Amino acid sequence: MGDFDVINKGAPRVDAYAKATGRAIYVDDMKMPGMLYGAMLQSPLAHALIRNIDTSAAARLAGVKAVVTAKEAGTAKWGVSPARYDETVFCHDKVRHIGDNVAAVAAVDLETAMQALSLIKVDYEELPVLLTIEEAMAEGAPLIHEEYPRNITAEVHQEFGDVQAAFKQCDLIKTTSFVNKRQDGAFLEPQGCLAHYDHFGNLTLYSSTQSVHYVQRTVAMVLGMPIGRVRVVKPYVGAGFGPKAAANHLELAACLLSIRTAKPVKMNFEREQVFMHSRGRHQFFHKFTTGVKKDGTILALDHECYLNGGAYSSFGIATVYYAGSLLGGPYKLANMKYDGYRIYTNLPACGAQRGHGGVAARAGWEQQLDMIAEELGIDPVELRLKNMLIAGDVTCNDLNTSSFGMKECIEAVRDGSGWNTKKGKLPRGKGIGMACGFFVSGAGYPIYRSDTFHGTATVKLSEDGGSALVMSASCEIGQGSDTTFCMIAAEALGITLESVRIQSGDTDFGVDLGAYSSRQTLMTGHAVKEAAEDAKRQVLEVLSEKLNVPVQDMDIKKGAIVFKRGKPDISYLRTAYIKEHRGWTDNPGSENELSFREASRIAFLSRGTIVGTGKYKPPELGGKFKGAAVGTSPAYGCSAQVVELSVDEDTGKITVEKMTDAHDCGLAINRTSVEAQMQGSLSMGLGEALFEEVKFDKQGRLINADLGEYKIPSALDMPPVKAIIVESNEPAGPFGAKEVGEGAIMPTIPAILNAVYDAVGVRIFELPMTPERVYKAIREKKEKNKGN
Amino acid sequence: MAKLIHLRINDTEYDVAVPPNETLVDMLRYRLGLTGTKKGCGLGDCGSCTVIMDGNAVNSCLVLAVQADGSQITTAEGLETDEGLHPVQKAFIEHGAVQCGFCTSGMIVSAKNLLDKNLNPTEAEIRTALSGNLCRCTGYQKIVEAVQSVGK
Repeated sequence: MGDFDVINKGAPRVDAYAKATGRAIYVDDMKMPGMLYGAMLQSPLAHALIRNIDTSAAARLAGVKAVVTAKEAGTAKWGVSPARYDETVFCHDKVRHIGDNVAAVAAVDLETAMQALSLIKVDYEELPVLLTIEEAMAEGAPLIHEEYPRNITAEVHQEFGDVQAAFKQCDLIKTTSFVNKRQDGAFLEPQGCLAHYDHFGNLTLYSSTQSVHYVQRTVAMVLGMPIGRVRVVKPYVGAGFGPKAAANHLELAACLLSIRTAKPVKMNFEREQVFMHSRGRHQFFHKFTTGVKKDGTILALDHECYLNGGAYSSFGIATVYYAGSLLGGPYKLANMKYDGYRIYTNLPACGAQRGHGGVAARAGWEQQLDMIAEELGIDPVELRLKNMLIAGDVTCNDLNTSSFGMKECIEAVRDGSGWNTKKGKLPRGKGIGMACGFFVSGAGYPIYRSDTFHGTATVKLSEDGGSALVMSASCEIGQGSDTTFCMIAAEALGITLESVRIQSGDTDFGVDLGAYSSRQTLMTGHAVKEAAEDAKRQVLEVLSEKLNVPVQDMDIKKGAIVFKRGKPDISYLRTAYIKEHRGWTDNPGSENELSFREASRIAFLSRGTIVGTGKYKPPELGGKFKGAAVGTSPAYGCSAQVVELSVDEDTGKITVEKMTDAHDCGLAINRTSVEAQMQGSLSMGLGEALFEEVKFDKQGRLINADLGEYKIPSALDMPPVKAIIVESNEPAGPFGAKEVGEGAIMPTIPAILNAVYDAVGVRIFELPMTPERVYKAIREKKEKNKGN
Repeated sequence: MAKLIHLRINDTEYDVAVPPNETLVDMLRYRLGLTGTKKGCGLGDCGSCTVIMDGNAVNSCLVLAVQADGSQITTAEGLETDEGLHPVQKAFIEHGAVQCGFCTSGMIVSAKNLLDKNLNPTEAEIRTALSGNLCRCTGYQKIVEAVQSVGK
């Protein structure tokens, strides 16, 4: 690793002060003069034709300023992927899930808006409700969207190598299935927005989003506005984890209401609506058939997967591809066949969530690998070490691992957890398990087909000299990207972190695809680095002119100009700088050094405002087969994890006692944030493994749409986590950096599954591992043993 | 019909006219502009709206404003003094215990309330005291470490 002044250390976050004092502004903390309050009318039925909508009584209510339905909003189709635009702002012909959006109201206060909603009369004609994949795919089932036969949103059929031929070479072929449950993002800040259409015809939307860019495009497209008149701004955001990566109905309705009333309009989701409208993790039904040689070499995988997608496609096409493609790593696997189906049902739609598409697949397959290791009498750690990819390997589906510290991760968790002294040696009821993970460091292509740069950045030096402002449309949502970019800019410019500020999350600052697919550190990071280097070059060019020293003989380090071949006479520049600040007590720097402050002021006096720009777009990536784009990335992160736990055999209750995680994030820019991402990922994985499940009744109604009944881990559920940062030097990353935000979740669930088996000898093939499910499995095993 | 209540928030006296069905969190946020207290669920599940009321940490979404009549309230905004940040705030910043920040106000208020009563809590006591404050970002590790550092 290089010698760095700012990055590769643990730095306090630039936003921590505002957040720790309650001063950070989130969208619901904002208000504007004359602001109206909006509310959405949502369908009480899961599947029904709309016969008539009567809004007249609502419109007459005192205090109501606008009532809108599809009549006002139009029926322009939108969604996430242009190949499957299947939503409108409001339903006009039919409703497809409970909570589907039918109308919206803006009023002087929320109470009036809610009362107005109750006055809107909608005549529905009920249709059969399809909640399961079997129901939706059955012969003769009604179509939720007319254009999609058998209610298939998307299907994928891929084969790399020759799986059947490879199976013939295998000594052991194993088939297992696995199912997770729909998981909610459960970020603590519900979505909200504030739309403001001004008298010049410009629309500004403040929203709790992960991508100002995608929201800007969607709003402009759906409302038929020139994109240059739509500005989307992200205040501080209370996390997103995927569901906030796409535009939502709230944003579109608020914009429409603001345009129609010429007033600012605020809209928020209640927690129940977050469950209904946040497109979180799908339910996946996996079947894996894996063939191996006696020595543990993995030869082939035949993989089939069905996804219950809910009523709209959202990110679903990408999800169904990811569910297959992400098993291409982290092991050498020459033959892989994948058949995936993403199915429409009359449930709220699912989308992208941390570890997009890959989490359940990883859980089910890593558990199967554990079973295979046991049957072959090979230690699970050894099985993985034997099969893992190494840097430079290209997977059978054309994913290129340019850096890959898999071996270091496996060894780090093995040694960090004391695996060798514990595996197979713990008392009954106590278990240890391990698994690995693999994830993209930014999607190789934008969600819409385009040659756009994935990120642009601007670094502007203050005219008075000495500090830099980074401007970017990237989205700080809690992961720490603002701090990361300040650190990158400071390092690249050669100044201290304290001298750098950032403004981000605003479409006025450029293009950035936003916070999803673990892309920002690598992609936005490149753009910020290039912008900072551009600004630095301009300063050095001016100095070169003034001092007659070639640019390449100078550098900037720690806020001072470095002269590599002897210091020239700087007295004339210093005098010029001091003259600029007559009357100030302004120490320009130490006697012997020309400070960055002086240099950047001199540069301004010579050239005007110094602005550096940067941009990033990945090179063309991946194979030529259908769907080859999904799974491509400039770089891949990898991880390994060991979980230790105990299982109470009398109750089935699992207590996770210790987690040891190692993640290869390339070069860690902010070590504190890297650890924090690992620890947070593990917590979300533990929740999905042990208790998270969004539940519905037979009408398709959510029955646990609150954080009391839908349980996420509390401080009492999380064990101590040992986070081990493994660093590699990623050639495609800025300063060698790559992802950590999502990949770290991958090994958690399977490590828990494998530890449960180690503890009590049962394999669980359905999440979550509730006490009831574990207890039943233990009892079944006991009865089976008795029978023998 | 609004009712006039009198209370002391962060060492400032307030007279507020509130409707009888208005919750304390709504009054703090929307009537008084004290938006440091966050509202994550409105049902007492998440703890984002935690404030200290007469010495106890409470979910301010489960307290009616009229119930707070005559009480002393401390919110996240009230922890900083003329001497600077509260030690818990400093520790959260230094230990990287802040991510998205939405739970942070309530979390810090709960931690302060714990430390007011128990200067040297054990890890188990810290986890128990913070178990009503959900955080989806951190996995709680750095939060627990931050509180432990103040306790020592």
